[in-house]
Amino acid sequence: MTGWLRVRLFPGPVNGVVSVLLLAAIVWAMAPVVDWAFISADWFGTTRADCSGAGACWVFVTARIGQFLYGFYPETERWRVDVAALCLALGLAPLFMARAMRGPGLVFGLAFGALVLCGMLLIGGAFGLPYVPTRRWGGLMLTLVVAVVGIAASFPLGILLALGRRSRLPVLRGLCVAFIELWRGVPLITVLFMASVMLPLFLPGGAEMDKLLRALIGVSLFAAAYMAEVVRGGLQAIPVGQYEAASALGLGYWRSHALVILPQALRHVVPGIVNTIIGLFKDTTLVLVIGLFDLLGMVQAALTDPNWLGYSLEGYVFAGVMFWAFCFSMSRLSLRFERRPGVGQEDTA
Amino acid sequence: MRRRSADGHAPAAFLWQALILIAVLAGGAALVFNTLDNLAARGISSGFGFLDDAAGFGVTMSLIPFDETASFARAFVVGLLNTLLVSVLGVALATVLGVAVGLARLSPNWLLARIAGAYVETLRNIPLLLQIFFWYFAVLRTLPAPRGSYALGEVAFLNNRGLYLAWPEAAAGWALAIGLCAAVAVAWSLRRGRRGPAAGAALVTLAALGWVFSAAAWERPQLAGFNFTGGVTLIPEFVALVVALSTYTAAFIAEIVRAGVQAVPKGQVEAADALGLNPAQKLRFVIAPQALRVIVPPLTSQYLNLTKNSSLAAAIAYPDLVSVFAGTVLNITGQAIEVIAITMAVYLSISLGIAALMGGYNRAFALRGAAS
Amino acid sequence: MRILCAALAASLAITAASAAATLDTVRQRGALVCGVSQGLAGFSNPDAQGRWTGLDTDICRAVASAVLGDAKKARFVPLSSKESFTALQSGAVDMLTRNTTWTQTRDTALGLNFVATIFYDGQGFMVRRGVGVDSAEQLDGATVCVNAGTTTELNLADYFRARKMRYTPVVFEKSDEVLAAYQAGRCDAYTTDQSGLYAQRLKLQDRNAHTILPDVISKEPLGPVVRQGDDAWFDIVRWTVFALINAEELGVGQTNVDGMRTASADPRIRRLLGADGRAGANMGLDAEWALRAIRQVGNYGELFDRHLGKASPLMIDRGMNRLWNKGGLLYAPPIR
Repeated sequence: MTGWLRVRLFPGPVNGVVSVLLLAAIVWAMAPVVDWAFISADWFGTTRADCSGAGACWVFVTARIGQFLYGFYPETERWRVDVAALCLALGLAPLFMARAMRGPGLVFGLAFGALVLCGMLLIGGAFGLPYVPTRRWGGLMLTLVVAVVGIAASFPLGILLALGRRSRLPVLRGLCVAFIELWRGVPLITVLFMASVMLPLFLPGGAEMDKLLRALIGVSLFAAAYMAEVVRGGLQAIPVGQYEAASALGLGYWRSHALVILPQALRHVVPGIVNTIIGLFKDTTLVLVIGLFDLLGMVQAALTDPNWLGYSLEGYVFAGVMFWAFCFSMSRLSLRFERRPGVGQEDTA
Repeated sequence: MRRRSADGHAPAAFLWQALILIAVLAGGAALVFNTLDNLAARGISSGFGFLDDAAGFGVTMSLIPFDETASFARAFVVGLLNTLLVSVLGVALATVLGVAVGLARLSPNWLLARIAGAYVETLRNIPLLLQIFFWYFAVLRTLPAPRGSYALGEVAFLNNRGLYLAWPEAAAGWALAIGLCAAVAVAWSLRRGRRGPAAGAALVTLAALGWVFSAAAWERPQLAGFNFTGGVTLIPEFVALVVALSTYTAAFIAEIVRAGVQAVPKGQVEAADALGLNPAQKLRFVIAPQALRVIVPPLTSQYLNLTKNSSLAAAIAYPDLVSVFAGTVLNITGQAIEVIAITMAVYLSISLGIAALMGGYNRAFALRGAAS
Repeated sequence: MRILCAALAASLAITAASAAATLDTVRQRGALVCGVSQGLAGFSNPDAQGRWTGLDTDICRAVASAVLGDAKKARFVPLSSKESFTALQSGAVDMLTRNTTWTQTRDTALGLNFVATIFYDGQGFMVRRGVGVDSAEQLDGATVCVNAGTTTELNLADYFRARKMRYTPVVFEKSDEVLAAYQAGRCDAYTTDQSGLYAQRLKLQDRNAHTILPDVISKEPLGPVVRQGDDAWFDIVRWTVFALINAEELGVGQTNVDGMRTASADPRIRRLLGADGRAGANMGLDAEWALRAIRQVGNYGELFDRHLGKASPLMIDRGMNRLWNKGGLLYAPPIR
């Protein structure tokens, strides 16, 4: 232990001083935070009277947790959200197992099936489940819906766009370049605003679309443009020999890409894909600007409750921790992907 | 047929392209006709004539003179300038902080590297909008009212209305600005090694600067009525936005810098050691020039992200382009299509402009033969 | 590529469809979609169960019960003031009931039609007690928090300009953010319609530390809005509002409406409740349109009391919003 300390913190006199100063700074900065968040904090109760005011009032969060997680989803139906989450987790789990990747068709099929099943569970209106309109969706559940649908839609679309951008057909290439650069060049907030209030102006009179659906379309197209650029990076890294070999085997354009080029290209860019996914997950918060209540929107709405005024810090910290937990675990998962032996190395030779 | 469709020369390829083109044109035409139909059916006028009308509203912060009688077009310029201001300042601060954190992550001091790592992992995994709200609503609450301001002598005051700074009056301000430019120019030529004449010029400039500083008429903030007047004001919305944008983007820049430095081959560093270069020289002459080639392209896209992210200003009342133009102006005039089109076009031109510059940089500085 | 062909076919199919009248759209959908504010006590505010309550939302419910027979078929889409007109123009909502001020520009250039005034309001200021301000004339140099893209923002500018006073506006998208910033001390004053100030003051923890100045700096007639060019729909919404006002004038309320239909001999009441005349048929509705609206939400007076007046926490005086024969401005044309 002392040996470790000496090597890590005190390799030399200058470093030693720096370490001591840093330690002091950490203690000075973190002590009040720890005290506020844990030691003096109030955890249990139902009203603001249960908070002493000395530290954080987590009662605010625990009293509202139902809304934060499920939004205005009817209380008697919330089990459906839980089941959907479980089913989604089970459906997606094989994507993260090395062995399962030997049969990608099956794995992606399973994931797709899980998505459809989840959607049916959440919307209802069939199998004796009461219909729950999307305007009652909210909180973490809505955040996850936007993120998952956005990822599921933008991934294949992004691959198609990337292939289109590398196509030899000038018209197709031009269109894909224009599409990608257009979406990447504008802020998501203007895209969402357009999707939320201007889309109906573009559609023929009487045609209608759910507000959430419109937001989902906006988010998916936006993310697809970013995904396309990541995938293009992977495609560029594939040596020409691979294309020639695939061609020599008699594989056509689509089969050579599906069986030879894409599996290699995608492996190269796993970190980029995960980064895009994390970005998308964080960007879901912007839907609050167009009046959908995601986790952050729900927290903000709760902050204006006259009974709980003045607990904005607790609310934002809670939302921050939730988002952090999701994004951080995703980035760790991607590290595991990168480090897995055999993946990513076998095809560079 | 499929094989040939990827080929680009066979007749089938032309057929496909023609089909795609027709499909896209038809889709586009359908959209345009629908929109025109809808606008006509709803009696909405279109066109850009509204830009000349008087705006009739005020803004919190403006770099150019603006009052209620100014036109909507001027309101657009106000918003655009505010967006550019926040972006430029954010980029500068994010770069400084990002480089510092990125180098700290590579520090031999374990503790420093860990703290930098924690900074990166915390900041980049929390949505920016949440961070903006945090800085604005959670931090603003802790500041005092104007009468209880934190004061730094007579020149700076901090309260929940913003940061108030003393500022040189107009004439002196210009003199000061010119003096500073001259000083920078002198410093530049000094670095280039023309020491003789430069040193003389430097002395003259410094003397002039000193005179301007002491003699300039400074306008100091005064507490009058509700608030401080005079001097220059940084409104809290501006401060919160700049802080949030730059600390958030710095986390990404730190990772880019780290990756760039790590991409420099070990042999290069060892060679520099063998030549007896000290750490500063090593960084300046060996590591930085090579790392920059890796760093600059992703860095540019971070700058672009920061510029686009500045549109989140609308959530905290900073009068940027989206807030003033796509917000207030859109609502008063009701010209949704025109306003959103202009707004998107502005962001798009900024993006494409920087992308073009970037392409030029890459062509000029990329290592020959290393591109793959 | 096949996808593109499908998209081509779809886009052509879409162009072939034609614009439908709002009434038909609403009937087909089986629901009425109203744009409401994102949370303003007394007008439209979601409670802890997520149910929208307030004067604006009940006007929407009244129209839903007149048109669709059931107040529960009203759906609410919370909109910021910035989004609201675009949402109505684009057809995302069938009507707005979101405390919108009737102005000439909005009525003409924006392609909107204002139906009727359901609340006569005026813009005011709220300030902290103890800063020594008891008239808006003393606000020279003040920082004022205000909602983005509202008439409020423009009136504010007019007021200060006319008096050669200086001010700094701080402009937010949502009322809640305006309030949060005012509460945090970002502004000296908070300006919006007076009813809104009363409503927002309820949300302040130390509500007695804030006072609403007596000055009223503008006329703010608030009411529902529909798209221009659909006169049938315009009539339905307008006469539903008039029916509620006439009902108060005639003493028909939620509790006695069913008895009145059979028992009342007053021809005005009989026409209102569909016992005589063709009021409903004239608008393409059934005879009991007004009866249902009154039964399901109540007459205007009941709505006012429940959401804004003495039965509500806001306790706003009816003032100008009394009936014409009680000294107010509410005057509905007769149903006959």
